[in-house]
Amino acid sequence: MTAEATPAPAEGAAADPGTSGPAAGRGPRARSGAAYLRYVAGKLAGAAVSLLAVLVTSFFLFRLIPGDPVKFMTGGRPVSAQQLAAYRREFGLDLPMWQQFTHYCGKALTGDLGTSYQFRAPVIDKIIEALPNTLLLTGTAFVLYTALGIVLGTRSAWRHGRLGDRLNTGLALTLYSVPSFWLGLLLIIVLSVGVGPIPGLFPTGGMESGGKEGFAYAVDVAHHLVLPVVTLVAVEYGQTLLVTRSALLDEMGGDYLTTARAKGLRDDLVRRRHAVPNALLPTVTLIFVNLGRTVAGVILVETVFSWPGLGGLFYQGLSVPDLPLVQGLFFVFASAVIVMNTLADLLYPLFDPRVGR
Amino acid sequence: MTAETETTTTPGPHAPGPGTPGRGTPGPRTLTWQRRRASAARFWKQYRTHRAGVFGLAALVLCALVALTAPLTVGVDARSVTDAPGGPLESPSARFPLGTDQFGRSLLGLMVWGARVSLLVGLLAAVLSVAIGAFIGITAGHFRGWYATVMMRITDWFLVMPTLVLAIALATVMSRSLGTIVVAIGVTTWPTTARLVRAQTLAVESRPYIERAKALGGGHWHVMSRHVLPNVMPLVLAQTTLIISTAILAEATLAFLGLGDPTGVSWGGLLQDAREAGAVSSGDWWYLVPPGIAIAVVALAFTLCGRAVESVLNPRLGVSR
Repeated sequence: MTAEATPAPAEGAAADPGTSGPAAGRGPRARSGAAYLRYVAGKLAGAAVSLLAVLVTSFFLFRLIPGDPVKFMTGGRPVSAQQLAAYRREFGLDLPMWQQFTHYCGKALTGDLGTSYQFRAPVIDKIIEALPNTLLLTGTAFVLYTALGIVLGTRSAWRHGRLGDRLNTGLALTLYSVPSFWLGLLLIIVLSVGVGPIPGLFPTGGMESGGKEGFAYAVDVAHHLVLPVVTLVAVEYGQTLLVTRSALLDEMGGDYLTTARAKGLRDDLVRRRHAVPNALLPTVTLIFVNLGRTVAGVILVETVFSWPGLGGLFYQGLSVPDLPLVQGLFFVFASAVIVMNTLADLLYPLFDPRVGR
Repeated sequence: MTAETETTTTPGPHAPGPGTPGRGTPGPRTLTWQRRRASAARFWKQYRTHRAGVFGLAALVLCALVALTAPLTVGVDARSVTDAPGGPLESPSARFPLGTDQFGRSLLGLMVWGARVSLLVGLLAAVLSVAIGAFIGITAGHFRGWYATVMMRITDWFLVMPTLVLAIALATVMSRSLGTIVVAIGVTTWPTTARLVRAQTLAVESRPYIERAKALGGGHWHVMSRHVLPNVMPLVLAQTTLIISTAILAEATLAFLGLGDPTGVSWGGLLQDAREAGAVSSGDWWYLVPPGIAIAVVALAFTLCGRAVESVLNPRLGVSR
């Protein structure tokens, strides 16, 4: 760096940061671009390592299971030794462990996650079939609980210590402690089966009643969607609320807010334009870090409401146990969280320029 | 330190240091205890001002009493399927205040016995989780270099894994027992603790007295156990309380998914039984409501206590008030 203090004679030095001459104006800009690229590369490499680790874990974890997987497939029926051998060959269980592992990795990279024991169909097909349903449920719930959490958390922090804040925080903490599957079962009893004078308003489970098309179909699906989404939102919004609230409380003492108020800005504007954008930074990261919890919620809610998504599939796989299916879904769930976290990491410098330098 | 005590207690040539047991002055051990008692009293005085924390503590003491006295209050045979006192799925009555399950057992008795499993699993899993987290956090903060890098990589990886999915996978591949559930929850929930403890360890180790201890010849073990551990202990304590509620919820979830101990009675297991007995479609709300409320109350109580402890020990975080 000391050499660059003298005016650079060659054009080749223009790419170096801090060079004087024609490139001087571009200097800081180019440096931040390069830094951002390095940041992105680091995050992507980290994500790739994590994904690899998930792949390795998903293979070895499910090989720990005691007993012979072929016995699960035949379901205890008397089977001849030849048939067992045929099954082993079919699922590649006759090979040594390391060969099974290399095969598994090779196949997983091409999107082949093995064949489900119970459905006799490729795991990837079952996953692709169920994925849109889960995305519909999770996406709707995610948008709603994030919005609700941020709005209520902001209000709570702005009026902290008052009755409204205490009620808000109390309710959020209570719902946060409630098991999601239990809340789902209660909602089914009260709003689907009906208790006393309350008639059944919503379907007890599934995603559609069948035999409907076009707009009627969409309405039907939305009707089935209400209770699962309500359950997910109720158990998940508390986390966002608490994170937003404490992030905003950290900002509340800031001098820049006093300045904004001294300028004569309305309270509402101070909150919306000055305080909340700063408080959102930590909130965004934590929302993505907490996605793992949402995955758990989705598995339970889909199980309780017989929603034909990945979570319901996971439960079906668990009860057999259908190892390739559970293994494949484990991989999908873990990768989904890793991918979302990486996305958050990549987006973060756009919100906060201090990160990624 | 009067001359009188010196001559009477130690006739040797060396003058005793301050803190030698004497009549007028308390010894080092007494001093330590006095200091501990004083700090406990100070802690309790501040804790009392957090009303939610006091509520949580009261609820916990009540639950613990109910769970511990289960053999006296509802009897050991409350769980027996063979000679159950009532008919299957009776709704609440004077004889069975919460109704009966599909075998005719009193649900009140099952709830009381279930409290034992839920509290035990919650406590053990949290202790295991925090022990792993504290060990990794302290060692990763104390030993720098590749060890810390590897440990923090592993921690980060566990942190992004969906905890429940990993716990389910572990519970699936191991045999069904309470120990399995404790291990499955314990080894999946430690990364947050490790992170927090490591940050605190780094802060403590940068203080001058650690350098002094090292200069006086204190080894790794001495520094970690005598200087770092007491300083991260408050954090560990608050973290344990918070993780217990996570562990209780996780236990209920695993039991509900049919991965629990098949021989024991737990709140999550009761919910699974209720669902399998068709309590949902026949609208038997009285079967479903009590176990869920019990889980929620205990989990909430531990959360409230944990938040109160956290804001007493770390006033900067004291936003929960």
